[in-house]
Amino acid sequence: MAEKIATREAYGNALAEFGEKYEKLVVLDADLAAATKTGTFKKKFPDRFFDCGIAEGNMMVVAAGLSTTGFIPFASSFAMFAAGRAFEQVRNAIGYPHLNVKIGATHAGISVGEDGATHQCLEDFATMRSIPGMVVMQPADAVEARAMVEAAINYVGPCYMRFGRYAVPTLFDKDTYKFELGKGIVLADGKDVTLVATGLMVEQALIARETLAAEGISARVVNIHTIKPLDEELILSCAAETGAIVTAEEHNIIGGLGAAVCECVCANKPVPVLRVGTNDTFGRSGKVPPLMELYGLTANDIAAKAKAAIALK
Amino acid sequence: MLETRKKELTKIAYELRKAAVTAVYSAASGHPGGSLSIAEILTYLYFEEMNIDPKDPAKADRDRFVLSKGHASPAIYAALALRGYFPVDDLKTFRQVDSVLQGHPDMKHIPGIDMTTGSLGLGISAACGMALGAKKNGIGNRVWAIIGDGESEEGQVWEAAMFAAHYKLDNLCVFADFNGLQIDGPVAEVMNPAPLGDKFRAFGWNVIEIDAHDLDAIEAAVALAKATKGKPTAVIATSTKGKGVSYMENNVSWHGSAPKQEQYEQAIAELDAAIAAI
Repeated sequence: MAEKIATREAYGNALAEFGEKYEKLVVLDADLAAATKTGTFKKKFPDRFFDCGIAEGNMMVVAAGLSTTGFIPFASSFAMFAAGRAFEQVRNAIGYPHLNVKIGATHAGISVGEDGATHQCLEDFATMRSIPGMVVMQPADAVEARAMVEAAINYVGPCYMRFGRYAVPTLFDKDTYKFELGKGIVLADGKDVTLVATGLMVEQALIARETLAAEGISARVVNIHTIKPLDEELILSCAAETGAIVTAEEHNIIGGLGAAVCECVCANKPVPVLRVGTNDTFGRSGKVPPLMELYGLTANDIAAKAKAAIALK
Repeated sequence: MLETRKKELTKIAYELRKAAVTAVYSAASGHPGGSLSIAEILTYLYFEEMNIDPKDPAKADRDRFVLSKGHASPAIYAALALRGYFPVDDLKTFRQVDSVLQGHPDMKHIPGIDMTTGSLGLGISAACGMALGAKKNGIGNRVWAIIGDGESEEGQVWEAAMFAAHYKLDNLCVFADFNGLQIDGPVAEVMNPAPLGDKFRAFGWNVIEIDAHDLDAIEAAVALAKATKGKPTAVIATSTKGKGVSYMENNVSWHGSAPKQEQYEQAIAELDAAIAAI
């Protein structure tokens, strides 16, 4: 596997890269440019970068106002503050009027690590997914993050993008990778169970597939970069063809990708769906690898759930 | 201001009041008190000051207006209708299920509404974003907004105040409708936002304090706001909640309740008498 790079890093790089091509692109941050990596854009386009200070609610609605004057604002903060603290501003001033604002939320999930529970947002898929018309996305690696940023620029309407702090392997080839908003990607085929993963859990799902293969179990792996709108067609074909699904995300099992897949499968093609995610709990401080083990977010957890799901068929 | 023009604008302000009260009466729901208190400010902005075109509500170089105290929707809808954005008769559909005239302003469906508002504290931030965008676009348009005195209890108002001063948004002018009453009672008793002018001054704004019902004072404040460079302007406009309808004036119970038929008829009679006396 290639170099490890955090998706937040790729986000900052993408903003700086696409700032040249898209002159209406502007970036807002709330005193976290060094961490969200929007600082990379700031350095290159200081006149198109607006620090809002530690005031996320104001930042979201300033972005809304800016979008009505023809700009494409990317508003950035940690996921906890973008989707948590500023939920109401995002809902009422961006979602309800369906404004062309892009929210770049970094430091999502348990993999924030040492900062602990107050900064480990495990609820953002749930809150953002519940806003009508909001596109909700999360890349699995740096290549996907870059492509996602450009797709968001070209999509007219509100988008929530979730990026990670932790460096992850690059899974995709920059030259051949194609991002299609709302479309899942089958990374590996299989017939006994489908592993539906998002973000850094995609890599874990690929590892789990190898573990399962060694035991004679054939697992399909699907990368879902767009949690909303969910690629229902693909999910339902997986349900029909493999008869069992395991979802994997660095988010509470309530309200996230797993919940979205359950909603889709239950209504259309009921098959067993088991969810890997944080189990209705807050996080805690620690190094990332032991945290992922503690919260059951590893390839082994996915493989175990896959066997359990198959047993439920 | 010429006396003849002042009389014309005063008449429009009272027609606006009639239209706003009619909307609330028709809906049997809405917020008359804080609508009546901003009639002169809206009249001056929409009929004298702003570069707008009712035939082209979305024209790019228009001045923008944000009703941050979105519950005063009857007043802004009345101003837009009287200005020709949509038929005055549509006001009778206010808050009905098949109407575009939502309880609070909806930019997606109502011609002339520049920002969706209703959740207090948000509109002033949106106005900051518009003012920043206007400066970046360099077409010289201005942004006007009205916040409420009760609304200024929201912390976000002060986040926005800091932002506007920091980015030197001198194309932004925010009127604070200081009518002294909020849902639970006098603002001084519920959560005193005073002295509002001193607060904005401390945040780096140009502050002007006026009588909200004095068209000459509004005109002077607007002129001063436009002449002020390097900082945004806050106009602290002391008003009478429910202005123009005797039983609603300074009576907190008319913040968010609709008049019954008899009360409505009395309101219209009083407003007609005020118009006749001009």
